[in-house]
Amino acid sequence: MSSWETVIGLEIHAQLATKSKIFSASATAFGAPPNTQANLVDLAYPGVLPVLNAEAVRMAVKFGLAIGATVAHRSVFARKNYFYPDLPKGYQISQYELPVVARGSLTVMLDDGTVKNIGITRAHLEEDAGKSLHEGLANATGIDLNRAGTPLLEIVSEPDMRSAKEAVAYMKKIHTLVRYLEICDGNMQEGSFRCDANVSVRPKGREKFGTRAEIKNLNSFRFVEKAIQYEIARQIELIESGGTVVQETRLYDSDKDETRSMRSKEEANDYRYFPDPDLLPLEINSAFIEAVRATLPELPDEKAARFAKEFALSAYDAGVLCASRELAAYFESVVSGVGAGHAKLAANWVMGELSSALNRDNVDVGSSRVKSSQLTGLLLRIVDATISGKIAKEVFEAMWSEGKPADAIIEAKGLRQITDSGAIEAVIDAVIAANPKQLADYRAGKDKLFGFFVGQVMKATAGKANPAQLNELLKTKLDGVKHA
Amino acid sequence: MLHNLNIGELADRLAKRQISSVELTRHFLGRIERLNPALNAFITLTPERAMQDAESADRLLAGGERGPLLGIPLIHKDIFCTDGVRTSCGSRMLDNFVAPYDATVVARLKAAGTVMLGKSNMDEFAMGSSNETSYYGPVRNPWNTAKVPGGSSGGSAAATAARLTPFATGTDTGGSIRQPAALTGVTGLKPTYGRVSRYGLVAFASSLDQAGVFARSAADASAVLQVMAGFDPLDSTSVDAPVPDYSAALGAPLKGLKIGLLREFFEGLEARNAGLIQDALKIYRSLGAETLEVSLPHLPLSVPTYYVVAPAECSSNLSRFDGVRFGYRCSNPKDLADLYTRSRGEGFGAEVKRRIMTGTYVLSAGYFDAYYLKAQKVRRLITDDFRAAFAKVDLVISPTTPTPAFDIGAKMHDPVTMYLNDIYTIGANLAGLPGVSLPCGFVDELPMGLQLVGPHFAEAKLLNAAHQFQQATDWHRRAPRGYE
Repeated sequence: MSSWETVIGLEIHAQLATKSKIFSASATAFGAPPNTQANLVDLAYPGVLPVLNAEAVRMAVKFGLAIGATVAHRSVFARKNYFYPDLPKGYQISQYELPVVARGSLTVMLDDGTVKNIGITRAHLEEDAGKSLHEGLANATGIDLNRAGTPLLEIVSEPDMRSAKEAVAYMKKIHTLVRYLEICDGNMQEGSFRCDANVSVRPKGREKFGTRAEIKNLNSFRFVEKAIQYEIARQIELIESGGTVVQETRLYDSDKDETRSMRSKEEANDYRYFPDPDLLPLEINSAFIEAVRATLPELPDEKAARFAKEFALSAYDAGVLCASRELAAYFESVVSGVGAGHAKLAANWVMGELSSALNRDNVDVGSSRVKSSQLTGLLLRIVDATISGKIAKEVFEAMWSEGKPADAIIEAKGLRQITDSGAIEAVIDAVIAANPKQLADYRAGKDKLFGFFVGQVMKATAGKANPAQLNELLKTKLDGVKHA
Repeated sequence: MLHNLNIGELADRLAKRQISSVELTRHFLGRIERLNPALNAFITLTPERAMQDAESADRLLAGGERGPLLGIPLIHKDIFCTDGVRTSCGSRMLDNFVAPYDATVVARLKAAGTVMLGKSNMDEFAMGSSNETSYYGPVRNPWNTAKVPGGSSGGSAAATAARLTPFATGTDTGGSIRQPAALTGVTGLKPTYGRVSRYGLVAFASSLDQAGVFARSAADASAVLQVMAGFDPLDSTSVDAPVPDYSAALGAPLKGLKIGLLREFFEGLEARNAGLIQDALKIYRSLGAETLEVSLPHLPLSVPTYYVVAPAECSSNLSRFDGVRFGYRCSNPKDLADLYTRSRGEGFGAEVKRRIMTGTYVLSAGYFDAYYLKAQKVRRLITDDFRAAFAKVDLVISPTTPTPAFDIGAKMHDPVTMYLNDIYTIGANLAGLPGVSLPCGFVDELPMGLQLVGPHFAEAKLLNAAHQFQQATDWHRRAPRGYE
């Protein structure tokens, strides 16, 4: 057991899903040709001024309410000054001393099923910078300012996480939440959701934090986990070999799976924050806050609790189903079709076959090849014993690839279950007759051979024998002889 | 002569078709050609554009349209962005900069049918009190060309005094309209912060900058303010308050008006200057006003306060001039740091650099509280002082400057003495108050100004008080020799 404890805090940058930028009227759509979505304000032309986008404020307030935070009646935009070519004004407009959202929290469920509360220090509004482009340019750096001025919500956690897995669980939870709230598309490839991780280690039992390193710009859950794991190991090894951790900013190289020093504290910029005189303090009254509160959807935790209660699901299953609003809606639609009494069946299918098909083809539940009504149709055939669960998987695959309803596939492929006891008995008799050795062994006490006989009957019926009937009949036949 | 007529008289003659805008424009362009070489009041002349503007005004006049400024020529301080015409800000940095848009002030005056003669010389980025920091050389005072015209709007002031234009725009951050107005014998108005849009005004110190007007009378200034004032959704600090009819407010009797004499301003004031103010007070009393002494105990701190706040904001505002997107770029930069340091090192003049360095210093970690934060606190105290004073009086009166115009070169090597020129004007900027400077006599054959400062949005009262004084005196009608 390691004698070190890890302390992690995350700064998550969620790009707000506004149509226009936070301080200008330019569009925020991703992927436009370079510099086609940058107007004079984004280019920081002499004389231009920022005007705050009210929609970005509304989204920040929504987030604040969703994490039970205080929404500040008065917050202040500040300038963070530094020179960089992708920062046209030479300063970033952010919030510094007085953020719009402060002191919230959320809970995450860890792999072992325990629930942990993670504090959120603050969330503030700021603008994104542009991008530097290096590809295809010899001896030059290109600047694309399409992203400059895109609204970001920077969500700063307390140093409450104690492992890379906890950090990932927290980040996933925030990811779920911002998509529930429809304030961020959560697209990590496009950089709409990314984080910086502050990582330190301390001897177990010590209260004082160790010196932290900040790992910048992690844009996938996997990278967050791997970068933090690497960093923890690096710091422990460094300390154990007599060295000391220095406060610095590090970059994670996913190709080499390592973090590298970017700049030390001494080299860090003095950002010279001061209130932006071009923007008045942001004043939010209670009426505005209440109006936003009225638009809050059922939040992931509330929904999961309701699922667990209404549908008698485990907390874990309910949590998985509620990881995205769309998946939860899909599940609820299926449940309403098959009946709440079969909710566990629906949950197993949504979390099992459906989720693996979605993952395999890398599509969102919203664009699933099998719609919720179609999955309902399939599950109804399991419920009414037309097909077995095993056959249903085959039907599902056909539905996924052919896009047809379950009934059509069951008919076309003749997959209807055999429920005629006589027919099943006949097959059982034939199987027993053909396997005298196994029969003898079974009778001698090798109970496990029961499965062998089930398999043989299923094979002979192409899997269509009703499993419950088969079990019962087979048991009677085998045991009847045994005890005769 | 046309150039001695006031705006009302010119508009009247244009309306009666006794003169055309083209004739008027030619007249002023002719004077500029003849008289400006001795003054250097312009950075850019736009005679072709002026003739086009005049022709289009004449077409509108012929069509029966009327307006108080329709067909009237003007010049803009070269700090206002003008679509398609260079906006240099008096700096090598923007010597090549042609803005792709009009400042709101420019657009409003254009829409009112004015004719732009050109763009006036100014201290570099409006940083100066003598117009000697301009990249385009100093402006000379038409009353004595060995003297400075004041700054930073020196070109607008000199051109208005020399009757090269009926009026001119300016900006006032610490006195840059009122001080040169006083030193050149014209009327200069700095409106309330937020009364006139700053959009398109190249920022020096955003919380202090305010656009205003130079004219030869308070009545003319009222007509111009009427067009300039009003809410602009592109400027978050512009105030959405109704704009009164300023010209209609002229003529209200001053009986009962309380004018406060600032005790702090008269300590150590030169006798002849003090005498002019005493003369003015006699006139005001004869007009029915009451004069009483008021105290603004924190006002003596206004100069040091200003020279923390203004440089702090400018150090950030001027970061956008980095040689990347517009403006001066050094030749053959070897890397990014070289591009920044040489472009800025070569593009900015000494005074601008001094203020950027001062501002960077006062915002730096470890100095922020002692300088910037303390200055903001003092600024609030000064604002409170004014508020308390305005509970007792309607307006406060003081000299505009401690001395008349000084020799070109006399103070350039002593920035602190230079800064003290603004000792009477800076308070109004720190408190965001409207102020007007109007001619009140001569010292050593050079014009002197008196300053009236009022509560926020009291422009109508202020202009009327100035107008009444001008009805009783003729200082504002005096023209420098050779420019009558």
